[in-house]
Amino acid sequence: MFDLPTIWFVLIGVALLAYAILDGFDLGVGILFPLGRDEEERDRMMNSVAPVWDGNETWLILGGGGLFAAFPLAYSLVLTALYAPVIAMLLALILRGVAFEFRFRTVRAKKYWDWAFIGGSTAAAFFQGVMVGALVQGIRIEDRIYAGGWFDWLSPFSVFCGVALVTGYALLGASWLVIKLDGDLQERMRQLQEPLGLATILAIVLISFGTMFVNEAIRDRWFGPGALLFLWIIPIATTLLAVAFYRAVRAKRAVTPFLLALGLFAAAFLGLAGSLFPYLVPPSITYREAANPDNSLAFMLVGAAILLPVILGYTAYAYWIFRGKVHAGEGYH
Amino acid sequence: MDALVLARTQFAFTVSFHIFFPAFTIGLASYLAVLEGLWLATKRDVFLQLYKYWLIVFAVAFAMGVVSGIVMSYQFGTNWGPFSEKTGPVLGPLLAYEVLTAFFLEAGFLGVMLFGLDRVGPRLHFAATLLVAFGTLLSAFWILSANSWMQTPAAYHLEAGRYVPDSWIGVIFNPSFPYRFTHMVLAAYLTTALVVGASGAWHLLRDKTNPAARVMFVMAILMAAVVAPTQLIVGDLHGLNTKEYQPAKVAAMEGHFESRAGAPLILFGIPDVGEARTKYTLEIPKLASLILEHDLDAKVTGLDAFPRDHWPNVPIVFWAFRIMVGIGVLMILFGLVGAVQFFRKRLFDEAWFHRWGVAMGPLGFVAILAGWFVTEVGRQPFAVYGLLRTGDAVSPIGTPGVAGSLLGFIVVYTIIFGAGSFYLIRLMKRSPDIGLEKPTEKGPLRTTGVMPGPALEKGPH
Ligand code: HDD
Ligand code: HEM
Ligand code: HEM
Repeated sequence: MFDLPTIWFVLIGVALLAYAILDGFDLGVGILFPLGRDEEERDRMMNSVAPVWDGNETWLILGGGGLFAAFPLAYSLVLTALYAPVIAMLLALILRGVAFEFRFRTVRAKKYWDWAFIGGSTAAAFFQGVMVGALVQGIRIEDRIYAGGWFDWLSPFSVFCGVALVTGYALLGASWLVIKLDGDLQERMRQLQEPLGLATILAIVLISFGTMFVNEAIRDRWFGPGALLFLWIIPIATTLLAVAFYRAVRAKRAVTPFLLALGLFAAAFLGLAGSLFPYLVPPSITYREAANPDNSLAFMLVGAAILLPVILGYTAYAYWIFRGKVHAGEGYH
Repeated sequence: MDALVLARTQFAFTVSFHIFFPAFTIGLASYLAVLEGLWLATKRDVFLQLYKYWLIVFAVAFAMGVVSGIVMSYQFGTNWGPFSEKTGPVLGPLLAYEVLTAFFLEAGFLGVMLFGLDRVGPRLHFAATLLVAFGTLLSAFWILSANSWMQTPAAYHLEAGRYVPDSWIGVIFNPSFPYRFTHMVLAAYLTTALVVGASGAWHLLRDKTNPAARVMFVMAILMAAVVAPTQLIVGDLHGLNTKEYQPAKVAAMEGHFESRAGAPLILFGIPDVGEARTKYTLEIPKLASLILEHDLDAKVTGLDAFPRDHWPNVPIVFWAFRIMVGIGVLMILFGLVGAVQFFRKRLFDEAWFHRWGVAMGPLGFVAILAGWFVTEVGRQPFAVYGLLRTGDAVSPIGTPGVAGSLLGFIVVYTIIFGAGSFYLIRLMKRSPDIGLEKPTEKGPLRTTGVMPGPALEKGPH
């Protein structure tokens, strides 16, 4: 049951989920950046993520690199099929990544790097959503080679997924900022939590139903004769999380809404994984077909088993060092 | 222009852009560790001052390295799909280890290094600096192992069209890896030393008593004086190893079209591939036989020993090699003259030498690019030497797709590179001596007090 490909399937899923929630909140800060009224407010927003964004983004490299390392066929097919949105996401990530440094190196051009940060964060989030949508729709493959066209990834469904992810990341960003900021800015972020939460939950519901229409196999899995009933735990959990989130926001809790919002993301991700399993490149390539030989998977597993706990340890330590509110004028700049 | 040429151009463009920053951050991270170590050991303000000065430069260069690196790790899939599928069992784990051992380490402690001095105290902070420096070296280790395996594949067998490893030690320590790793790390150190030296020289030209500029300049010159000659020796060994495993590449580097005994060393000339000979040569008789075979009359293999469709692009390899070695020789000369100036105690006094130092600043980057062009173009027409042709490694993406993304990269990278270099140069133009006491005209270096107190309380701002 738990053979090497399965373990790696789970590990890469975990890496991608870790990426989505971690970079999710710092991309979310970028999406909400226009709401900082003046330079001082925007500095504080940015400094709340500056010490950790690089580590967060490393999970994306582990997701991509891990896919290459464990399932090279899936890596090459997915990236080829989603060529345009991948490149667009990379370009967006470049612009927002350098903005962290460039913004503090200039007075005259600061506003342009503000916009690079906003635009880059938003576009990266959008294209990641588009990629998820396109994957759910399925990728046309013949003879282990991509056989689709240029714009197969583009559809109302995938665009909606893009918008949904921007909303979801904004929710994570707002919830993070409630923890890290104080004063008026914190209050404004708190007020955003309700509407953004509502929009995110609505989007999750719509996408879940949308999936049933764009992908028959998924519909059968949930509603068909051989439906997997235990999967229904996930929507039930999502509902409970949503209710808890609302109560925590109403009670003006600081940390709890953030954690519950992460929970919502995890539930949505699990729902997606449950819908697609065992396909890595739906509708035709399973993770087993795409897997590297056991020799390679075992070699990496040794490293992952030793290193992932260590990584989690020092990542937690780095977050611990920078705990507490962000004050004006902090940072090395 | 077909999609293959565009994809190759795109890879060359993005990786060339990327390598600028690793080259600089590998060197700077180690330099910062040395500075902070010296500060902890001596408590002299000047070292902390220099640490903070270069830390900001490091942060900017590092951010550019990170974002351009992420592009690289996705490009194998977007543009080189069949390559990824075939080499995945070998190269995938190497890159995964790079992420697990190096990238997380760098990213995790970079935040502490940049923002944490006043939060964690000097000792833990020094540990963070050391870990970041170590991370950059680990990163070089894995990626160069992967690249070297593509140059000199070893310890694999073919299974269902994929290369499957037999022994991981054999894969990681493939024949060209030890040479390439040493050569590249030394190249990064040299390049950084020259940038630091150029910055020091620039400030000495304005004020030769500037204490921090003096420290920078001395450290850089001593580094160049030791490492540049070492690099020549390592490079020579690297070439001998290449001769064994990739003889066609060496023939192209040397400009030897025909195999012959007692071959001359061609210093300059114009390789003409059509006529298969190097014209207008300036050569030293028999020297190539001596260098490559350690015998004046030994036979040296030329390109004629290989079918034409296995030749790399000879002029690029030939010229890039000369640019690299030429700059290497210039660096040795610079280091030597610097050492002489140092022992004459004239290092801070002669403006012509400082001007020369400023001019040396960018040359390390040029040499590194030239070196990689020798290595990578010399490997053609193979993506994995002798096994997988570049033409069979490319993804089935249409020309408009690759052209569009290439254009996107060129536009974005030009903006980033323009702004980034502008900011970096402006950072290096700040005087590094704020708050330090100047030494008397000829006196020894001396700085204020022994107490680093105030700096510690506020942390780097
Ligand atoms: C000799 C060294 C060297 C070479 C040849 C390369 N790199 Fe690199 N790379 C580094 C040395 C390095 C580094 C020093 O470790 C960097 C620079 C700044 C940084 O963040 O780490 C880095 C960054 C970096 C990152 C971002 C890491 C992060 O977020 O911290 C990625 C994904 C890659 N690289 C991937 C690649 C790929 C796929 C390459 C092959 C074409 C490549 N690099 C060539
Ligand atoms: C001084 C004499 C030098 C010699 C004889 C020398 C020799 C070589 C050779 C033979 C190669 C190609 C190896 C192959 O492709 O298999 C190479 C590559 C390279 N060189 Fe040099 N080199 C010298 C100086 C330098 C200097 C000064 C730098 C940079 C500061 C440099 C940077 C590089 C780089 C980055 C590569 C590509 C990576 C590699 O294959 O190691 N070299 N060198
Ligand atoms: C970082 C410095 C590097 C530079 C400047 C560099 C330069 C180049 C150049 C100029 C080409 C195009 C060659 C041609 O098409 O004629 C190329 C191709 C390529 N290089 Fe590198 N390279 C570097 C490092 C690496 C590393 C570390 C790897 C692997 C881990 C790598 C893998 C490749 C691949 C896959 C191609 C495309 C296929 C091919 O043309 O062979 N390169 N590189």
